[in-house]
Amino acid sequence: MNIILAWRNLWRNKRRTLITVASVFFGVLLSTIISSMQEGSYSSMVDNVVKFYSGYIQVQNEEYWDNKTLNNSMEPSQVLLDQVTSVKEVTHVTSRLESFALASSHTITKGAMVSGVVPDKENEITQLKKWVVEGSFFSENDQGVLVGSELAKYLKMGVGDTLVLLGSGYHGVSAAGKFPIRGILNFPNPELNKQSVYMDLKVCQEFFSADNLVSSLIVMVKDQYDMPAVFKKLKAKISAPYAVLSWDEMQPELVQLIDSDRAGGQVMIAVLYILIGFGIFSTIMMLVAERTREMGVMVAIGMQKSKLAITMFLETVYIGIIGVLAGFAGSIPIIIYFYNNPISLQGGAAAAMTEMGIEPYMYFTLQPSVFYRQAIIVFAITSVVALYPLFMSAKLKVNQALKA
Amino acid sequence: MSIIKVNKLSKIYDGAEIPVRAVDGVDLAFEQGEFTAVVGPSGSGKTTFLNAVGGLDRPTSGEVIIDDVDIWQLSGRKLIDFRLHNIGFVFQAYNLIPVMTAKENVEFIMELQGRSKEERFDRTKSLLEAVGLGERLNSRPNKLSGGQQQRVAVARALASKPKFILADEPTANLDSKSTETLLDIMETLNKEENITFIFSTHDARVMKKARRIVTMEDGKILSDERK
Repeated sequence: MNIILAWRNLWRNKRRTLITVASVFFGVLLSTIISSMQEGSYSSMVDNVVKFYSGYIQVQNEEYWDNKTLNNSMEPSQVLLDQVTSVKEVTHVTSRLESFALASSHTITKGAMVSGVVPDKENEITQLKKWVVEGSFFSENDQGVLVGSELAKYLKMGVGDTLVLLGSGYHGVSAAGKFPIRGILNFPNPELNKQSVYMDLKVCQEFFSADNLVSSLIVMVKDQYDMPAVFKKLKAKISAPYAVLSWDEMQPELVQLIDSDRAGGQVMIAVLYILIGFGIFSTIMMLVAERTREMGVMVAIGMQKSKLAITMFLETVYIGIIGVLAGFAGSIPIIIYFYNNPISLQGGAAAAMTEMGIEPYMYFTLQPSVFYRQAIIVFAITSVVALYPLFMSAKLKVNQALKA
Repeated sequence: MSIIKVNKLSKIYDGAEIPVRAVDGVDLAFEQGEFTAVVGPSGSGKTTFLNAVGGLDRPTSGEVIIDDVDIWQLSGRKLIDFRLHNIGFVFQAYNLIPVMTAKENVEFIMELQGRSKEERFDRTKSLLEAVGLGERLNSRPNKLSGGQQQRVAVARALASKPKFILADEPTANLDSKSTETLLDIMETLNKEENITFIFSTHDARVMKKARRIVTMEDGKILSDERK
C-alpha cells in the first residue's frame, strides 16, 4: 500500500512533479554527457600517450626507474616472458634498451636518446613507422638507424648519411659506432624530434656492450580498462629483482593533468546537482506542507510514523528514479552518436593537442560508470532531501496536524 | 461495565497572558453500547476532551483508562497501535485520503492491522453496503458528496472493529438530509451491533438521537443525563 500510496501522491500535482522530474532529467542528461565526454577524452589521451611510447605496463629491473642507467638493465628470462604472456588480456610484449649517447657529424655533436627496439613489435605498439617522413623504416638486424627530424637538421644530416654515436656502455665500457641513417622521424612532440635515435635492439645491445640486456619490457593490453586487472596479476606473479610499473606511475604529469581537469568538471556537475537538490527539496517541502493534516489523520487512525515516513521517502525516491531513467533515455542516444562520431577539434586547440601527440578529437565513452555514478548521485541527493519528510513525520503532533 | 474511565482529566493550554483550562478535572465513564453526545458551546472543551480520550492530545493531568489500560502511560508507538485496534475516529471534515477510493480508504486501516486480503475485501464491502455506498466502492472522495464522504469515514472507523467510535462534530459540514441519513446509519449500528459512539456536537438533531447527553462548559461537566 505504501508503494501505491506514494506513487499516487506523486501525481496529485502533475505539473509540479513533472517540473521537478524535468530538473532531474536535465541534470542527469548534462552530467552524463559531460562525464562521458571527459572520461572519453581522458581515455583517448591515455591511449595516445601509452601507445606513443610508454605502453600500459612496463617490467623493469627494480632499480631502473629511480636510476635509469644501463647498469640497472636486466636480462629477461624465459620464465619472466612466460609470466607476462600468460596473462590473457596481454596483447603485445616487446623489449627496449634505452640509454644516452653523443650523436656526431663532422664537427657537430649533440646528446641523443638511443632506443634499441624490435622493429616490427615496436611498430605494432607505437606505430613508429608512421612517423617516418623521409627514407624508410628499418628491419630486424638492420645496422641503420632512424633519427629525429630536429636532431638530423641540427647535425645537418639526411637519409644515407652516417651517424657517429659515442657513449658509455654497460659497466662503463666505451661505446662507439657508425650507423647509416635509414629514415627521418617527425613526431608531433618537438622534444622527441630533437633527441631520438632508434636502432634495432640487437645492434643497440652490441653498441652498448649489453648483450641480451634490456631496459624494460613494454606490455600492452586489449583495453585500458583491463589495465588495472592485468597490472594486479603481473604484480602478483613478478617479484624482485623485477618491478612492474603501470602507465600512471610512469606518467605522473598526465595523471595530474587529468585529475585537475576532472576536478573542474566535477565542480560544474556538483553545482548542477546542488541546484537540482534544492529543486527537489522545495517540491518535497510543499508536499509535506500541503499534507500535514492528512499525515495527522493517518497517524490518528493508526499508521505508525515510520510507515508514514517510508511513504514520503518513496515519493522522493520516485522523483529521482523517474528523472534518472528519463535522463538516461535522453543521454544514451546522444552519447552513442558521439561515441561513433567524435567531435573534431579545429584551430589552436587542435594544434596544441597534435603537438602533444594527442589526436585532436573529443571522444565519448560508454563506460557504465558514467551512468551509474549519476544514478548514485541522484539517489544520494534524494536520500538527503528525504530526511526532511522523515524528520517532519517523526516530530508530527497529531492534534496540531489535524487542525492544519 | 465501563469501557472508558476518565479520572480527573485536565488540559491546560499556555495562553498569551493566563493559562487556559480547556478541560478541568473531568471524571466520566462510558459503558459498552452507549450513544453519547458531548455538547456545549464553542470553547467549552468538547473537542479537547474527545482528543484526550482518543489518545490524540496528551492531557496535562489525569487518566484515561480503556479496558484497564491507562493510554497516556503508553509509549508513542504503542499508543498509535492502541488507537489502531481500539478506537475509531470520525472527523468533522471527513478527512478521507484523497488518492484512495472509498474501498481503499476503508481497507487501509485493516491493512495497517495486518488483516488478510480476503477479510479486508469482505468487510469493506459489507461496511460500505451498510452505510449505503455499496455501489461507490471505487469512487475517490472528490467524486462523493460530503454526506457520502462522511459515511465512508464511518465505515473506515468501523473497519478496525474498534471498542468505540469518537466522532468530532460529524454532522457540522452536512446538509439536513445527509445528517439524517448518517445519524440513522450510526443509530442502527449502535442498536444492532452494540457499537459505542461518543459524539461532540452542538447539532440538535444529534442530541435528539443521543441516549446520553454530557454537557460541558468551561472545561467542566455541567450535566450528564441519560434518556
